[in-house]
Amino acid sequence: MPLVKNKQITEDSWTHIADAEDLPFDGSVIISADRWLTDRESLVHRNAPVGIRLRNNQSPADVAVDLHRFGVIALEFPAFKDGRAYTQARLLRERYRFEGEVRAFGEVLRDQLLFMQRCGIDAFEIHKREDAEAFEKAIGEITVFYQPAADARTPVSASRVTAVASWAY
Amino acid sequence: MYRYDEFDHKFVAERVSQFRDQVQRRLNGELTEDEFKPLRLMNGLYLQLHAYMLRVAIPYGTLSSRQMRKLAHIARVYDKGYGHFTTRQNIQFNWPKLVDTPDILQELAEVEMHALQTSGNCIRNVTADQYAGVAHDEIDDPRIYAEIIRQWSTLHPEFSFLPRKFKIAVTGAETDRAAVKVHDIGITILINEAGDPGFRIDVGGGLGRTPIVGKTVRDFLPKQDLLTYLEAILRVYNMLGRRDNIYKARIKILVQSEGIERFRELVEMEFALLHGGSLDLPKSEIARIRAYFSPRAYEKLPDQLEEGMEASRADSEFDAWLATNTVPHKVSGYAIVNISLKPVGGIPGDASAEEMEAVADLADRYSYGEIRVTHEQNLTLPDVRQKDLYDLWLSLNISGLATANIGHAGDIIACPGLDYCALANTRSIPVAQNISRRFADMRRQLEIGPLSINISGCINACGHHHIGNIGILGVEKNGEEFYQITLGGRADDNAAIGRIVGPGFAFEEVTDAVETVVNTYLSRRSHENESFVEAYERLGEEPFKEALYAAR
Repeated sequence: MPLVKNKQITEDSWTHIADAEDLPFDGSVIISADRWLTDRESLVHRNAPVGIRLRNNQSPADVAVDLHRFGVIALEFPAFKDGRAYTQARLLRERYRFEGEVRAFGEVLRDQLLFMQRCGIDAFEIHKREDAEAFEKAIGEITVFYQPAADARTPVSASRVTAVASWAY
Repeated sequence: MYRYDEFDHKFVAERVSQFRDQVQRRLNGELTEDEFKPLRLMNGLYLQLHAYMLRVAIPYGTLSSRQMRKLAHIARVYDKGYGHFTTRQNIQFNWPKLVDTPDILQELAEVEMHALQTSGNCIRNVTADQYAGVAHDEIDDPRIYAEIIRQWSTLHPEFSFLPRKFKIAVTGAETDRAAVKVHDIGITILINEAGDPGFRIDVGGGLGRTPIVGKTVRDFLPKQDLLTYLEAILRVYNMLGRRDNIYKARIKILVQSEGIERFRELVEMEFALLHGGSLDLPKSEIARIRAYFSPRAYEKLPDQLEEGMEASRADSEFDAWLATNTVPHKVSGYAIVNISLKPVGGIPGDASAEEMEAVADLADRYSYGEIRVTHEQNLTLPDVRQKDLYDLWLSLNISGLATANIGHAGDIIACPGLDYCALANTRSIPVAQNISRRFADMRRQLEIGPLSINISGCINACGHHHIGNIGILGVEKNGEEFYQITLGGRADDNAAIGRIVGPGFAFEEVTDAVETVVNTYLSRRSHENESFVEAYERLGEEPFKEALYAAR
């Protein structure tokens, strides 16, 4: 499955490890937050990078003290219409100031990419290759934004102030 | 009225191109209907029983004459010559072709309109008091805040995939005409004891399968905190609202299961963390939006309605229309005029292209070119000089738009029902038509007095039967249509959910049943001015029950 990062299809250096699977000794792995919480004592000593998957009904607060230990936090979109991960992403970025990778997986469709990116998600596991290839087009179709979010885009309220100011001079 | 600036124009144009691309991908098979569905729903395009249906947003029910003419044009060119005004102050076109929909949206964009967020599990078109800005009992203009909320909620990245649809209504008057107590969030503008302006925020009201009157989550919210507080409520709902059962997914169920105290705690906790952040609403932004809604340059005119109009003495039909269809205006010498879209035997809320154009012309001539759509599915000319009322009435009469039944038995609210809707179990339009014909005599309607009749063709309650003084709900039993009658519902400040009076009636019986209810009221009311709902509240359901079922 293609991974898009920095707007490009990229080799994925992380491996998802299911709860039933053994953890490899090295290599970057993404495990469930539950596994992290259960095996925390041993996992904090692991010498290779660890990321976690947050379930939709888990709060970033559940792992807040450990956020600096994670290279990736993966958020699940179990169905396109389940929007809880958008809130989780914003909380990670805006409230917990998480600076690592926030990744979307599950039902990640082309027409949601812009919403996801605005909420602070910066890596995307996209099922359809043609959707992954259309990434840049998909996030560039709209350029006017009516509310602040977790991205650096200027909301229209700020643009309007600038427009008036430049007009006045 | 709000006018698009360069940013709004650009946004809507981009949105149309995006949708054009999506439709193209659907038409050439890149997208399956399942994949296309969430995309079209974000642009108001439903698949109904017989065809696609396009629901166009009319923000807080405000239209210019130019926009109305465009709607008429769309009805004529892309549809069958008519449109249907809804209880959400929007308009629906019932017969567009999929391939035409991008062009329709482009035509709408030319007049600063769109179909965004008229469907899907997002923050829907914000509604407001239909008399906003002209009501005599207004504290502040709700359109200002409705517009601010509209903009904030537009393609909100966090709240576009909520557990379920989300409806917000705003009122700024002492009398609630926006039914704020039956919305997911109801906002009431008020002045607190210290003299500061702000809002009361109600949450968790709604109709549908589980009708609930909203509860107050915040007694007083300062204006600058409006968007921050809404974001806090939406965030709590987005995370905790149920997603396992579509019928339990509205915020009202969450508020009910958590209890209002716990829900308030959650919201206030989130609000405290967001407070003072980037959503703070500066006074300058409120002032900027307020400027779009500044009052008209009204003439100084004497109030003529007080002393009785000259023309009214000459024409009793005009007199009747004046009494039912006009409302006091905040400025002396002016009136608010309601145009009923409920002619005898007609389809509630339907308007032909010609009727839309006639209303647009009259708005230009008599009301600064502005029109409102009401949640009762009628139209309003907000700013008419009293001295023009007779001429306006004559013109309305010529177009067949002078039906004098606003707020009376003939002013029936009905959903599209089985004639159009894929969800409906029963017909509702023909039920409305039969009742309308039964009460065709206007003198009789006046004798009955204020009465709201609401009809829903299924339990989803789009005809708002729960809040009708007389509510009618269609249910299907063994392939037959039955209609349950509820009594005592009301949508005003004393919002109440009507109670089912007894077993349902067959399609052929329901008109008689409504008449029996009305006759019972007439014979039991304490005096002429005791309205139906007042009498019901005094008498209880017994006399009505007895009249309806004793003979059975």
